[in-house]
Amino acid sequence: MRGWLTVFNKEVKENFRDRRVIITSLIVGPLFGPVLLIGMFTLMADKTSERMEKALELPIAGQQHAPNLMTYLIQQGVEIKAAPADPEAAVKAKDEDVVLRIPADFSERWNEGQRAIVEVIVDESRNHVGVTSQRLRQLLHAYSSQIGISRLQLRGVSPQLLTPIMVKTIDQSTLTSRAARLLSFLPYILMIGAFVGGMHLAIDATAGEKERRSLEPLLINPVPRWQIMAGKLMATSFFAALSVFLTVVAFRLLVPFLPADLLGTSVSITNPMMLGILVVILPMAILASAFLTILASFAKSFREANSYMGLVTIIPMLPSFYLMISPVKAETWMMAVPLLSQNVLIHELIRGEQVPLSWYTLAGGTTLGLGLVLAVIAATLYNRPRVIFSGE
Amino acid sequence: MIEVKNLTKSFGEVKAVRDVSFTAPDGKITGLLGPNGAGKTTTLRMLYTLLEPDSGSILIDGLNPHEHALEVKRKLGVVPDSRGLYTRLSARENIRYFGKLHGMAAAELDARIDELSEILGMQKFIDRRTEGFSQGQRVKVAIARAVVHSPQTILLDEPTNGLDVMTTRALRHYLLELKKAGHCVVLSTHIMQEVAALCDHIIIIADGQIAAAGNAGELLQQSGCETLEDAFVNLIGTEEGLLS
Repeated sequence: MRGWLTVFNKEVKENFRDRRVIITSLIVGPLFGPVLLIGMFTLMADKTSERMEKALELPIAGQQHAPNLMTYLIQQGVEIKAAPADPEAAVKAKDEDVVLRIPADFSERWNEGQRAIVEVIVDESRNHVGVTSQRLRQLLHAYSSQIGISRLQLRGVSPQLLTPIMVKTIDQSTLTSRAARLLSFLPYILMIGAFVGGMHLAIDATAGEKERRSLEPLLINPVPRWQIMAGKLMATSFFAALSVFLTVVAFRLLVPFLPADLLGTSVSITNPMMLGILVVILPMAILASAFLTILASFAKSFREANSYMGLVTIIPMLPSFYLMISPVKAETWMMAVPLLSQNVLIHELIRGEQVPLSWYTLAGGTTLGLGLVLAVIAATLYNRPRVIFSGE
Repeated sequence: MIEVKNLTKSFGEVKAVRDVSFTAPDGKITGLLGPNGAGKTTTLRMLYTLLEPDSGSILIDGLNPHEHALEVKRKLGVVPDSRGLYTRLSARENIRYFGKLHGMAAAELDARIDELSEILGMQKFIDRRTEGFSQGQRVKVAIARAVVHSPQTILLDEPTNGLDVMTTRALRHYLLELKKAGHCVVLSTHIMQEVAALCDHIIIIADGQIAAAGNAGELLQQSGCETLEDAFVNLIGTEEGLLS
């Protein structure tokens, strides 16, 4: 049997026996993304609908100054409560989310046809308060424009004069592209999968061999070093790819459980989409493995290698975060940049866009090319005595 | 058969091996005796191709280890100072891995592992994972995987380090068997009793140089001492490193 194949088989077999690897690379890793996604959205959807549907309980100060407004609010289903003595303090102390205050001069200004003022006391920095205060504001605006319109009509003026422009939005987004917004962090999770999936084996096969003092005996075998490195790299890539594959499958299976109705859009990953994502991400597994192997080669022990790896998981985040913060139009040059190209391509795929075939080739080619360069560097490192004997 | 001439190796300022020459013939056990840090391991590493000499020549069965690294590795069975095993593999799987790397066929390999298991007394733990093996069990596995391809020349770096009496006896017995079968055996050690009990030819190394060479009798004669221990101290000029 060829040397590299022997090394590959042994590394894969050995790592399948490692419970830590199975748990981190093959179970927790792949499930982490989809479960987080579903958990987050379910919670968000629940909270939003709860606030939207629940009767609005509203403390109002100075109710007696605006009896008509009170009647209107009650008609709209608001449950009016007595306000606390000091509304500002109550909101600050988080005893109340929102308090409405009607100043004493409300009816005076109202009757004179001036703008009457009502005050909404709220702490906008509190996240979940937004829904309540928005609902209140909508009610007040509706009341205000209703009164405004009838005042104009009384004077024989068309209320249309008030709104010279009417904005009509014609939404060109498709169901798929709206769903894609929800899945915008999928590329990031898959990149992490490629890095984390291969991490343990990359360390075990290099720094681990040094630490348990098995590297020297291994290298005395009549197999060229590049073959030993090739076997190890392929085993690392295999685990990285397996981890990514399982992550995609987990998304495929779990995404239908997203509370689609509440979010106003349905999300799904179709089989062709899944296949496309795998084709895009697999070269990444090789690049990540070569990179991790080089990094781990410099470490003398598992612990040392592990501490480098923590920093590594930041790398795949960079393009993903960049794209989340400032989304850009996909362009050909991006395909030549590993990491960025995978991010862009997966975005396009889940948006259901047609992508030119040349993009796939370019992205796969440059990523594989860089991966191979790194692999050669990794293999060269193992020709240096310093790397072999440094564990002593 | 190993022929070494004027071997020299430095690491930066440190001259680890200086002008070492010796011959280790087939059918004999050659011992490199010296205190810790004398240059034994560095010499062996140059023999088994992992280090390149600065100058001097090495021939193993007529081949230069650095021009013919793979051929030389096939001829050698090496038990280096590092004897780490893969703890998630059984002893048998550890040995089989190395056998496969030597390109052995499956049937031949299995028969050979059974044979070695019997010779070295590994039957009880051969199919257990090596996690938690005793030092003696680990060394046996390390020896078995080093000689699984039946090499002509066997190099051992401090093979009895940390072994109990029974395992040491078994190991000595095995090395004598190899010698009888016409193999070339080279071992390094800092324990005098070991060379006295085993070696046909003793090379005393101190500070990277050969201090003396010969069989036990010749060494006693050279030094004018009565015991090998005295001869050793006398020849290397110090007691440093002897007792550790």
